[in-house]
Amino acid sequence: MESIIAVKGLTKTYASGFRALRNIDLDIHRGEIFALLGPNGAGKTTLINIICGIVRPTTGIVLADGHDVVRDFRAARARIGLVPQELSTDMFEKVGATVSFSRGLFGRPPDAARIEQVLRAVSLWDKRDAKIMTLSGGMKRRVMIAKALAHDPDILFLDEPTAGVDVELRRDMWAMVRGLRASGVTIILTTHYIEEAEEMADRVGVINKGEIILVEDKATLMRKLGKKQLRIQLLTPLSGIPSALASYPLELTGNGSELVYTFDTQGEGSGIAALLRQLNDVGIDFRDLHSSESSLEDIFVSLVSARA
Amino acid sequence: MNLHAIRAIYGFELSRWFRTLGQSIISPVISTSLYFVVFGAAIGSRMGSIDGVSYGAFIIPGLVMLNLLNESISNASFGIYMPKFSGTIYEVLSAPVSAVEVVLGYVGAAATKSVLLGLLILITARLFVPYEIAHPLMMFGFLVLTAITFSLFGFIIGIWADGFEKLQIIPLMIVTPLTFLGGSFYSISMLPPVWQTIALFNPVVYLISGFRWSFYGVADIGAGVSLVMVLGFLAVCLTVVWWIFRTGYRLKS
Repeated sequence: MESIIAVKGLTKTYASGFRALRNIDLDIHRGEIFALLGPNGAGKTTLINIICGIVRPTTGIVLADGHDVVRDFRAARARIGLVPQELSTDMFEKVGATVSFSRGLFGRPPDAARIEQVLRAVSLWDKRDAKIMTLSGGMKRRVMIAKALAHDPDILFLDEPTAGVDVELRRDMWAMVRGLRASGVTIILTTHYIEEAEEMADRVGVINKGEIILVEDKATLMRKLGKKQLRIQLLTPLSGIPSALASYPLELTGNGSELVYTFDTQGEGSGIAALLRQLNDVGIDFRDLHSSESSLEDIFVSLVSARA
Repeated sequence: MNLHAIRAIYGFELSRWFRTLGQSIISPVISTSLYFVVFGAAIGSRMGSIDGVSYGAFIIPGLVMLNLLNESISNASFGIYMPKFSGTIYEVLSAPVSAVEVVLGYVGAAATKSVLLGLLILITARLFVPYEIAHPLMMFGFLVLTAITFSLFGFIIGIWADGFEKLQIIPLMIVTPLTFLGGSFYSISMLPPVWQTIALFNPVVYLISGFRWSFYGVADIGAGVSLVMVLGFLAVCLTVVWWIFRTGYRLKS
């Protein structure tokens, strides 16, 4: 896989002495959606801000499309668009004007048709002459996305894009991000909504206390660390697990009315069929059963707490 | 050179000015008119001429300088302070622009506004007092050079300031007193000898003196010396701005 962003040996120590990043190595593949997960204060925003040129690295280098973001900042930054976490906008400016401003700032000639396309893509064309201060929070967020897209970047950073955004708008935003990926844009998003990473990402990186503790293909990660559970609701409660079933990792809950069977999704076969046959043999009847897969959230929590 | 970026910043800053056109233009015009009513008409009528120039005409260059200094500093400091305050500075910092382009955009726009305002005040003054400009080109040169220099100074204040009170404190505590004591309303030669010497340490004296020379051909201090002083202060401001961008002072951590 060709990497579009290469981070090598990156550290950041702020003037206060706080070590925000410790020896980060990270490669982002061209054309993927990469989700950077981490608790608050883990270093997600610092990492993004260094790549985008807002914060200076203490040591290490970052290449964006082969260009060093410090020494060759013009070439590097021209390819990058950033939607920061905070809704920072010029309150009195009009939507269309602020998006045109961004395009110019990133060195592109004025192009009214392109600005229209971008505004239509984020459903703000009707609001092009509205002052930003009159918009709702969700619309302001979309203004910021339009600003980041105005210069046709190849790489888009979305720092907590759906923080404080309602469910419907979040779905719209996800659809838009997928559309961008389809057009060839590489997307790096930070989030602490695990659901978002699970829904969107091709690969997931987990950062905690300034260190990347894991980078993995999302599907592989789910498979590797994922556990499945089968919950069996019994017709008549049991007082204990019958000795015939002792070889299974079973747990009895709900005052003996539910059996929980935990199994590894990677294992050879799930063992469900054998278990059910065994239940039948010892004469345990059940009302209902359902299986569930552990979510990325469970995986994330266990990873971060293991390191704490 | 990212010319599109310079144009974007410059245009953005000027449009901010045009949005508040009333406030931006009317208030200096009103305040200048008040100065003319009070100093020019009421007091000036009882004062003799200075260096052969009527008092009303004498104060015109000083008044223009007073406004030019204040407006340059406030425009430029506000222009760069606001993005820092609202957080929109992220965009400039992450854009493919160098320090030179940022300064040309912000300082260029602030200086443009000040020059336009200076000319507006000259036109307003013409309604009150008939005056001639002996060296119009030199006059315009001083106007532009002073506007650029003090817009740079304002830019520095805007970057240094981390609160609205700091934005005001230098113009209020240093620049306004220096302007009033810099011979806006009197000739340095009217001061007692000791104060004449002390006045020479006030940089604004040189600005006003050189500017007044371009109007009436007479001045407390030679026009050449004035020019050198303005250029010297310009060099100091440029050095500080260069240092700010080199170190990322108050812009990048």
